This record gives sequence, C-alpha cells and structure tokens, in this order.
Amino acid sequence: MKRLVEKHPLAIRWFHWLNFPILALMIWSGLLIYWANDVYRIGWGPTTLFKFFPDGFYKALGMPQKLAQGMNWHFALMWLFVINGLLYVGYTLVSGEWRHLLPDRNSFREAILVTLHDLGLRKGEPPVVKYNGAQKIAYTAVVLMGAGSLLTGLAIYKPVQFAWLMGLLGGYEWARAEHFILTVGYVLFFVVHIAQVVRAGWNNFRSMVAGFQMVDAQHPAAGEPVAGAPARSTTPTLPA
Amino acid sequence: METRPDYSAPPLPESPAGLLEADVARQAAGRSRRAFIVGGLAALAGVGGWRWLLTRPTDDGTPWPFRRVLDANGRLSQAYFREARLAPTFPKAMATTRQNGNIGLEQSFVTADWRMRVQAYAPAGAPARVQEFTIDDIKALPRVDMTTELKCIEGWSIKVNWVGARFSDFLEKYPLATAGGRAARYVSVVTPDEKYYVGLDLSNAVHPQTLLCYEMNGQPLTGAHGAPLRLVTPLKYGIKHLKRIGTIAFVDERPADFWAEQGYDWDSGH
Repeated sequence: MKRLVEKHPLAIRWFHWLNFPILALMIWSGLLIYWANDVYRIGWGPTTLFKFFPDGFYKALGMPQKLAQGMNWHFALMWLFVINGLLYVGYTLVSGEWRHLLPDRNSFREAILVTLHDLGLRKGEPPVVKYNGAQKIAYTAVVLMGAGSLLTGLAIYKPVQFAWLMGLLGGYEWARAEHFILTVGYVLFFVVHIAQVVRAGWNNFRSMVAGFQMVDAQHPAAGEPVAGAPARSTTPTLPA
Repeated sequence: METRPDYSAPPLPESPAGLLEADVARQAAGRSRRAFIVGGLAALAGVGGWRWLLTRPTDDGTPWPFRRVLDANGRLSQAYFREARLAPTFPKAMATTRQNGNIGLEQSFVTADWRMRVQAYAPAGAPARVQEFTIDDIKALPRVDMTTELKCIEGWSIKVNWVGARFSDFLEKYPLATAGGRAARYVSVVTPDEKYYVGLDLSNAVHPQTLLCYEMNGQPLTGAHGAPLRLVTPLKYGIKHLKRIGTIAFVDERPADFWAEQGYDWDSGH
C-alpha cells in the first residue's frame, strides 16, 4: 500500500524553478561580460593549468563581442534574481521551512558520513530526514553564495557609491574575482545537484514539481520514534 | 541521557479510511499531470518572453525593454548619487598607464591652435551664447592633483594620477550652465572631429572629482591620451573619460553618447 505525502510547499517549488533559468541567464550574461577582460586562470608564475576560458569555449557558445548585450541582460535580470532570492529566504523564515534547511552542530559530521556513503566508501543508509546534513549545508551555502553574489556584484556595479563595500571586499579587482569565483561555485553546485537528483530518482524529482512523494503506508520503518527524542508535531519528514 | 540527533520521522498520519491503492495512484497521476502541465506552460511562457524581448525594436542598439531597465537603473543610481560621495583615492606611486581607444583622435591635430568651444545653456527662446577657451584659461583655475581608479567597461582597472581643473571650478568662474536662474540638466562633450561624444548629467559634471584634465601620471597629456585637455570623471566608466575635448554644451535634452548608441548604458556610472 502506497501513500501520498506532501514534501515541498508550492512556494518553494516556484522559487526553485524560477531561480533556475534566472541564474542560468545571469551566468550566461556574466560570461558575455567576462569575455571582455578574461584574465583569470589557475596556475602560478608563467605556468597556466587552466585559463578561464579557452577561445574554443567562447566560440562554441557564440560569446565574443557581446559585452553590451551581456551587461543589459545582467543588469535587468539582477532584479529578478534578488527579488526571487529574498522571497525564498523570507518564505522559509515565515513558514518555518528554515528548520529543515539550516545546518546544526550535527550536520557537519553527518555530511561527511553522507558523502562517504554517496561515494560508495561507507555502508549504511543516510538518516531518513527531509534534508540530510550534506543537503542542509549545500542548500544553506548556496543561499549564502547568492547573498555573496549580490554584495560582490553591487561592489563592482557601483564601486564609488558602494566604496565602503568595495573596500571590505578587498578592492575592485578582488570584488570582481570573488564575484567570478562564486559563479564557479554555482556551476559546481549544479553538477553535484544534478547528479544527486538523478541518483535519487523519479519520486524525488517529481516532489520538486508536484510537491508530493509516494511512500509505503508503513513507511518509514526507520521512522519509529527514538526513545527520549523530543516529540515533533510537524508534517512527516521523508527521505530525499 | 544521551543526546543524539533525532533522525526519525515522526509518526505518520493514518491513511484516510477506505482509500484504495488505485485511488492513491489516480490522485498521484492527476496531481503530477497538473503540475507538469503548469510547469511546461510556465517554461513556454519563459521561452516566449525571451523571444518577445529579443524581437523588440531597438532603442540605441538594444531592444527597448533593456534600454528602459538601464535608464531606470540609471535614475535609481542618480537618486542615490551624492556629490559628497568620493571615489577612493590612492598614493600617486600606484599610478600606471594603459592606452585604450583612439576614436576621435585619428585626425591630425595642432595642439597650439586648440580652443575649447563652450555652448552656454540657452533655454528655449534664449539667445545662443558660445565662448572659447585656451588651455591657459583652464590652467589658471585651481590645480587639482588626484590618483583614482579608472575602470574600463571591459572589466579591467588601473590607478591613474590626474591633474587638472575641477569642472565645478570652471563653472563657478564661467557660469555657462545656468541661465535665468535655471540650470541645464545635461552636459555634452564632443571631440574636435565630432567622432566621439559623451553625455553626462550636470550633477556628475560638477562632482568635485570631475576634472578638465591636462596632466597624467606627472606628464602633460600625450596625443594618445587626449592632449591638450580631456575629461576625467571617476564616477563613470572609462568610456565617459573623453579624450581631446572640442566642444562642451549645456542642454536640457539627453545628449548623444557614442557607446550608448552601440547598446551600452547611457549613465555608465559608478
């Protein structure tokens, strides 16, 4: 016997799916801007391991000579990115969803165990909760990165009006580099996120679209209340 | 008592009585279908919005909705703009040189013959007034020495030492931006060959760090850097730092701007 259980509130699903194209376009338009002064690399002295980015990368994506277009998209969509992000954070605070998302002192140890499990280095299922420690850290970190992109972005967008912020970030050049590094962070987040969504399967993916998840009526076997654990009166927490 | 994290789920609510497996499956299928249809329509609306945006008639080199947003951002920026807010300054020793852009400098040019033509503010109906200045007129104004960061719209920046006269000092001595108790809204600056031109809000032009500049990094301006006089305004990108000033005009209409016509932000302010 299967049961249908609510997982993701409608608002969270909208914020999540709106953020996807907005952030994708922010990264794309950011690349059009970065192309005009593509100075970053990984290396030391005259040795370059990787240049951001090889010419073939720009050519394949049709990026050269589109600085104005990139800036125009970037400075229009920044509003949507910030508004959507603020609404998301505000919603999690008001609804209490933040309790599922904010890491606690156990999350870091748990995150290591989850990571070892996901890499096949450790047996035993991760804990049965809405978001495990690794997820809590990742989802909170990506929100903080969003705040970081806003602040570093403001500093390079209006470096005189926000000179104090630019100074805090280490100056104009550093603020630009930080803005770039955060973007690399989103791409890495995206790669891991997609891999995990594929691993977690259809039921999990559907819950981010339709909001519910199918579970066994007896589920979860691991869900017997732990003796002495504080009672929780919230909706059921389920495997990711 | 041992304190352990509570990984257990709380007890689940009972299944509604009489709800059969088939009902649950039907309910799930129905909700999924609705959610994916709504999601698909939203995605289509997004693609439609993208195509609509990119097919709008252009306004100065960019589809008009982008121009509207840029201008709104510019107005917001101007509302937040404070004359007292200064661009950070640096020790002169940090100054370096980089040459970029020669539009408006291509014609041969005799510095000795140079005159700056200033078209005074003439509100509708008022007679046009034009006054000419030599470089000595500018050098007679209080000399300002500052090292600020020049930020190119391409994304690089360098510190540069500039010496020149404050635009505001120039206007104090020669009140050409006002007429009949009213002040012009904009300043237009154009090269002698009229190939390069920028527009500024008057409030930006009279900012204490906006200079009519004649020395750079301890040397008189070279030809490639806009001899004999260029505009320096650290509250704007490098594209507004017009080299080789020919004509300045005080007007009420937003003046033409070379890069704005190519789709860039007219304000281009910091």
